Amino acid sequence: MRSVFDDRKTIVILLGPALLVYTAVKLVPVFWTGGLSFFDGNLVRGFQFTGLDNVKRFIEDPVALDATWFTVRIAILLTIGQVILGYGLAILYTFSLRRSSALIRTIVFFPIVLPTVAVGLLFTRFFQFAPEYGVVDTALEAAGAEPVDWFATGTGSVVVLVIMELWRTMGFYAVLLYAGLMDIPEELLESARLDGANGLRLVRHIVVPLSLPVLLSTVIFSFNATLKIFDSVVALTNGGPGTDTTPLTLHMFRTAFSYSEYGYGATLATVLTLMCFLVTIVIFNSSRRDITQG
Amino acid sequence: MSVATLDPPRPAPPDRTATGSPGGRRRRPVLRRLPVWIAIAVILVIEIYPIFWLLTSSFKTQTEFLGEPAWSLPSSLNLDNYVEALTTGQIGRNLLNTVIVTVPSLLVILLLGSAAGYALEVMVWKGRHLTLLVFVGGIMVPGQMIIVPLFVAYFRLGLTETYAPLIITYIALGLPLTVFMMAAYLRAVPRELFEAAAIDGAGMLRSFFSIGLPLMKNAIFTIALIEFFSIWNDLLVALTFTTNPELATIQVGLLNFRGEFGSIEYGPLFAGICVNVFGTLVLYLFLNQRIMRGLAGGALKG
Repeated sequence: MRSVFDDRKTIVILLGPALLVYTAVKLVPVFWTGGLSFFDGNLVRGFQFTGLDNVKRFIEDPVALDATWFTVRIAILLTIGQVILGYGLAILYTFSLRRSSALIRTIVFFPIVLPTVAVGLLFTRFFQFAPEYGVVDTALEAAGAEPVDWFATGTGSVVVLVIMELWRTMGFYAVLLYAGLMDIPEELLESARLDGANGLRLVRHIVVPLSLPVLLSTVIFSFNATLKIFDSVVALTNGGPGTDTTPLTLHMFRTAFSYSEYGYGATLATVLTLMCFLVTIVIFNSSRRDITQG
Repeated sequence: MSVATLDPPRPAPPDRTATGSPGGRRRRPVLRRLPVWIAIAVILVIEIYPIFWLLTSSFKTQTEFLGEPAWSLPSSLNLDNYVEALTTGQIGRNLLNTVIVTVPSLLVILLLGSAAGYALEVMVWKGRHLTLLVFVGGIMVPGQMIIVPLFVAYFRLGLTETYAPLIITYIALGLPLTVFMMAAYLRAVPRELFEAAAIDGAGMLRSFFSIGLPLMKNAIFTIALIEFFSIWNDLLVALTFTTNPELATIQVGLLNFRGEFGSIEYGPLFAGICVNVFGTLVLYLFLNQRIMRGLAGGALKG
């Protein structure tokens, strides 16, 4: 029996192609980029080894530091928003709507499948100030308030970016969390209800503790996804005004491909990747401790 | 680790709180349900209104854009904007390009990914856990981490100005999640099935094609949808490797829409966005049950 299950030839035939492509096009480039961060140059100039100069440059590059800080802030902001809204929706689906939630789930989920650039352009027009007011400013004006030039300030742009991202993704996170809530045994909820737990108390003492593992996966997933935020920023603000909404991803892209600074671009990419790994490990470890203790 | 299955996790529980008339659901006081209904109404308006606004705006003339408030409705359903978007805006070309890169990428991802998942989960050999871990680690790596060396490599190989860089890169980016989901799905399949096949004399390759693949049908469908939308909606890779506007995909094409018309020609812009949004909408309506269930049974569950 064993000999059939560890037949080497078959393993090579089945695994070989995937492993080959993955190694050549993903693994090797990852290490290549890591290595490139010690070089300076591009295709035209060639590459010179410069040791840790790029790291030094990163520490002294105000745009890169701003971009890193912006990436962290937007990731925290969006993760909190996505998890809270998603969890709220999931609780609504599970406990208030039950089986009739299918249509609502479908509608709220839908924006995640749209091309992000299309959504970005849509929101650009929706919140437009000049030359013509978009819907939001028209509404503000009609309500007697002062219309806002959203994309003129960093704060205004971040507000629109957050609204758009939450609009786009909350249905997706709701479905992920909904799946976790569905797994809570009905008997447990029932006995808690018999003990007099209802509404918020039921959620706080029974539902949240029981769905903690799914919440954790969702936080990691969301944080990881928002650290890589790119399409929506490019489409909505293109990093502006100035560099107020430029995340590390966009700064890296511009450094490498607009300014042809491949070496330094590689350094920025490495910083981004390390951030992703670090965040995952930190969240995972700290929450696992909480779960085992609680 | 739970499994990527398309079946709902379990049937919805019967409403055990039901009391009163036999067979009748418990009737809650209307007032208590009111906040829920208001919440749902608000959610629906928030989700639907921007799309509705997009659709109605796509029929407006430039005069209507300039002269009337943003929320007004168009006076007629004229299609001029669509004609202009398709001719000047090259929407058709962009759509075709997106199909040309998405379909082969998707097919290769699914074939290689399910074979690898099978080799890593069903077959028994030293080092398979480590190999799986290496694949899974790739899920976290951002596309930015690999595009510079790939750009250099494609350039040296003379592959720029073709679709190949896009397809190759999408395959590599899609494999980690696919392999992981396939392996997770196969974990719940009873070993006895494969053992029985082995006793009947089927080799592992044979049992992959005649037992493994049919079993994985649902998982393949789910992952196909996830990968489809992520390739279809990719911007980073497409932006990096398509310097020629003739090769531009939907997302890149739309991006050009921003500056393409000197003074902003709102009509064609809205029509362009609309073509993409409603094309995706139609596809989504056909497939949404599958997406939902796939996600609900998905591998994210601790």
